[in-house]
Amino acid sequence: MIDALLPSEFSELEPFAAKWCLATEQERYMERLSSSMTEMQALYDAVTARAEEAMVYCDKFPLDEMPDDALNLLRLLYSMVMVSFPVEVWGQPRIPDTGAAYLDLLVEPIP
Amino acid sequence: MARFPKPPEGSWTEHYGLGTEPMSYEDSISTEFFELEREAIFKRAWLNVGRVEQLPRNGSYFTKELVVARTSVIIVRDREGQVRAFHNVCRHRGNKLVWNDFPKEETSGISRQFVCKYHGWRYDLDGSCSFVQQEQEFFDLDKADYGLVPVHCDVWAGFIFIHLGKEPEQSLTEFLGPMVTALENYPFHLQSERWFYRSPVNANWKLYLDAFQEFYHAPVLHAKQTPPDFSAAAQKAGFEAPYYGIDGPHRVVSTAGIHPWNLAPNQLKPMEILTRSGLFGPWDMPDLNFEQQPAGLNPAGCDPWGLDSFQIFPNFVILIWGQSWYLTYHYWPTASNQHIFEGTLYFVPAKTARERVAHELAALSFKEYGHQDANTLEATQTMLESRVLDRFPLGDQEVLCRHLHKVAGEWVDDYKRQLTEV
Repeated sequence: MIDALLPSEFSELEPFAAKWCLATEQERYMERLSSSMTEMQALYDAVTARAEEAMVYCDKFPLDEMPDDALNLLRLLYSMVMVSFPVEVWGQPRIPDTGAAYLDLLVEPIP
Repeated sequence: MARFPKPPEGSWTEHYGLGTEPMSYEDSISTEFFELEREAIFKRAWLNVGRVEQLPRNGSYFTKELVVARTSVIIVRDREGQVRAFHNVCRHRGNKLVWNDFPKEETSGISRQFVCKYHGWRYDLDGSCSFVQQEQEFFDLDKADYGLVPVHCDVWAGFIFIHLGKEPEQSLTEFLGPMVTALENYPFHLQSERWFYRSPVNANWKLYLDAFQEFYHAPVLHAKQTPPDFSAAAQKAGFEAPYYGIDGPHRVVSTAGIHPWNLAPNQLKPMEILTRSGLFGPWDMPDLNFEQQPAGLNPAGCDPWGLDSFQIFPNFVILIWGQSWYLTYHYWPTASNQHIFEGTLYFVPAKTARERVAHELAALSFKEYGHQDANTLEATQTMLESRVLDRFPLGDQEVLCRHLHKVAGEWVDDYKRQLTEV
């Protein structure tokens, strides 16, 4: 058994952690583009069900002093946001009718 | 049926005397016109290159690649804390002074001096040449004559502007004029959480300005971004702005808003409800400590108020949201049919994970919409270049597009007139 990435209260989200606890928006966006709708729907369903509790948990720590497991949980929330557009509106990973266009996020707040 | 009153002339377009005839977009496809714009516009207007928060300490610097003016500029905070700008070129044999790995990529950092990679000439943060390698080998060389070439630089409300002309015809605040400088007291400085996006776009720089200075397109191009009930209502209603303003070469459009938290759940996406956020920003707004809202904001007095988008000539936009955050756009031309688009979002820094998650959805929504806008532009550029059509009707909600192209033409004509007078 490898070490858990998430706080023990959120152990049922652990199967998603290795793939989706990503530090940057660019990584999360790339993960979205290379994932299937089935994978993203599963992540979305699992994390939205616990999102309110996860935010309460993360809010116990100052943003710039989060322990690693809480930080991973926060990053999982970011990935939940990232897949919400494919799941809720697009029905596909990519924004429809956007061809080769891309808009890279080069500077973002940490964490 | 109009929801908002129009000016007495019957339209904003006639009110501002812009003519109602169909418009040419030759200025967006002509390579000759673009060559003129380099000199006539981008070397004669004040250009925003960033904000003072990007230079947090004395010695902080960043470079800006200005392909349109065929130069690169160093922006630096010197030892006295003053923001200065210099052409990014070594006085010795013209090497680019500050760059990392790739000469054409922008960079930033903190430094006590600038050292040329080629022969090691050094420059102080105030631009003066402080060291010449093997100085005794040179002929009558006085280092005092070999400082970096300064670029006019000034700061308004924390925004750093440069001017590439020999001597600006107007000071920065004269150039910005009363409509823009009325925003002076808006608390830009409190909103230091920065999200910076960049995208190369295969379209003329003015076409992207056009895309974001009219919202006539919004209910159609972005229809699928929102639940069907919302989209249908938005498309049926169409878009009307309560106010358009013009001051010299600059423009503003103001919009009425909605309070998303009062919408029925079927008008919202589940993620918006979960994170209490969306395209218009976080629903739980920070206190911006307004003593008094700047006079220039929300000119139509809308309640709720949506946003004000200030289009500062030539290529800079400040868009202030009613939901207490703001963003900027920059459009940096690289060719008649290409430019680099930069979008920067600014929030009051998130103090909690919950606030940070709300910012994440607002930022992602910006990206999803921006992708749709950018891709449409390439489709427009290629067909304008076909020259199958040469006249295009613009409606009254596109009044600011009409103004931008008129002003660009006037600046180019004025420049040509000055050339022939000399």
